[in-house]
Amino acid sequence: MGRERGALARWFDDRGWRQLVIGVPYLWLILFFLLPFIIVLAMSFARRADLSPPIAFLEYWPYLRWDNFERLISDTLYVRAFATSLWNAAIATLLCILIGYPMALGITRVSKSWRNLLLMLVILPFWTSFLLRVYAWMGLLGTNSWLNKSLTAMVNAVLPAEHALRSIPMMNSNFAVVLVMVYSYLPFMILPLYANLEKLDNTLNEAATDLGSKPWQVFKDVTLPLSIPGIVAGALLVFIPASGELIIPSLVGNAADPMIGRVISDEFSSARDWPMASAVAVALLLVLVVPMMIHSHFEKRAQERAEGRT
Amino acid sequence: MAPFIRIDRVSKRFGTFMAVNDVSLDIMKGEMFALLGGSGCGKTTLLRMLAGFESPSEGRIFIDGQDMAKIPPYERPVNMMFQSYALFPHMTVEANVGYGLKYEDISKAERAERVRAMLELVQLGAFAGRKPHQLSGGQRQRVALARALAKQPKLLLLDEPLAALDKKLREHTQFEIMSIQERMGITFVVVTHDQEEAMTLADRIAVMDKGVIRQVGPPADVYEHPNSSFVAGFIGSINMFDAEVTPGGAATTLDVPALGGEVRASAKDIEPGRKVKLAVRPEKIALSRERPADGNCFPGVVKDLGYFGKDSLFRVALASGALVKVNSVNSSRDGAARAADWGEKVWISFEPSAAIVLTD
Repeated sequence: MGRERGALARWFDDRGWRQLVIGVPYLWLILFFLLPFIIVLAMSFARRADLSPPIAFLEYWPYLRWDNFERLISDTLYVRAFATSLWNAAIATLLCILIGYPMALGITRVSKSWRNLLLMLVILPFWTSFLLRVYAWMGLLGTNSWLNKSLTAMVNAVLPAEHALRSIPMMNSNFAVVLVMVYSYLPFMILPLYANLEKLDNTLNEAATDLGSKPWQVFKDVTLPLSIPGIVAGALLVFIPASGELIIPSLVGNAADPMIGRVISDEFSSARDWPMASAVAVALLLVLVVPMMIHSHFEKRAQERAEGRT
Repeated sequence: MAPFIRIDRVSKRFGTFMAVNDVSLDIMKGEMFALLGGSGCGKTTLLRMLAGFESPSEGRIFIDGQDMAKIPPYERPVNMMFQSYALFPHMTVEANVGYGLKYEDISKAERAERVRAMLELVQLGAFAGRKPHQLSGGQRQRVALARALAKQPKLLLLDEPLAALDKKLREHTQFEIMSIQERMGITFVVVTHDQEEAMTLADRIAVMDKGVIRQVGPPADVYEHPNSSFVAGFIGSINMFDAEVTPGGAATTLDVPALGGEVRASAKDIEPGRKVKLAVRPEKIALSRERPADGNCFPGVVKDLGYFGKDSLFRVALASGALVKVNSVNSSRDGAARAADWGEKVWISFEPSAAIVLTD
């Protein structure tokens, strides 16, 4: 017994503590990501059944059905949902870049105390419940809101009387989905962009100015190309959660033109078709893993550049 | 001849801090001019005002007769080599050097030719396709120089051009910069905290301290005829003692308690009784075992001896306790012929003309 404990202690002192420290995150990933993913992947090759759990595999080799994936491609509901999701997410990402870039750049150009205040303001919305903020948007976009009424009045002031609108239909549309997604995800664009832009060496801008470039030329030639890693990081942080978004399209979106998160949710709960929901989830994961791989490729190249410098 | 650069009573305030305080300076065309001073003396601020990155709080700057007040940095006939070089990390050497020509109204072929000529000038033709991080420190410095020269500016500003290089490379680069300046005939203004760098590079030096120019002149003038104890102490090594002018005849005599006697100095007329400082450069002092026949001589004991190869630095303790630095060239290979050894009783002596009398 004493010898055994001694061996354990020796192992721990020697390299055990390191293996444990490294092992914990791996264990976490295996338990809470890899294992569930394998279950979902396996389920996607089953069919719906009146069992508990409500799935049934093929009774003979290879035990896997491809029906769900065939349906995924053939049924326009899924294809359209994917297209809508990716399109909405792409538009939201683009708008986040267009709005977030000037904001992030602006924050780097003010004094230190202003910087901290502005960064605080960027993060501040997180302190209110996300759900509450989406509900607030529902109120704002609805036909009886002061916002909708005043916008309608403004439009009617321009339009001829016979075309006068009673209200502007903003709720339950892709417009509303993109608007609320941009609002919700903007901080995820601003923060990585700020981190990137803040690190840029201002003497590079001075050097370009000194060499005869006007301010916008300096931006185009120096700041913008050097901030691409920040843009890529921010874009992924917005695009990935936006394309799988469930709550925003459920609350302000158009039910006739659902996004993929909504489809997965409906298949699981309403239709009780776990295998089909799993197949959609697997497909979504694949769609999102591809941009991730592009990102890590960029990261690796940036790292190689940084290493080459030292 | 009208000066090429006229700095006319320029001041720069940052909040309540006076970075540059009422500086006036004329720099001639084709001159290699150095702004020398410690950190925070205002030399870099003055340089940045010439480049246009800072605007003077008061006073005016003229370059080639033109008032620079309303001219943004990108329209000035001035280019700058930054201390950190500020090479664009995402561009090749070629693109870096050619960047200044990008928005100039010249043909593609001419641009390529000028970039090639510049790279040739700094001997980096073979590195055109490399990125800055693939170059050594010395190569980066040369890219920065080529980039600043590519636009053929009327005035080139260099901010601590050699600070990031090691000693061997500095000496080499120093002469390279001088030969380029001679060939191109561009006016250079160099900012440096390194007095040796300033002395070898520049035709004229301005010594700055706390935002004020203390002395302007050719290196030899500033070194041999400092106008203040600050300049004397800042440039090179020096022995400085409190002294008082005694009433004398043709030559000025000083009473120097630290040396324990009177010193004859060939200085201009200073009224007797005035408190002054006596300064003598270590290499102007001779060391001997016997009492010299002539000159100002005082006995002492060798306290320290530093051997540097080409010369040796002695520190001689006098009766008053004062230490005098003496520099003597090791012109003989024979060790026994050395001027003195540790603990040896010696005489230090210097000519009246070597004595610098400073009134502040």
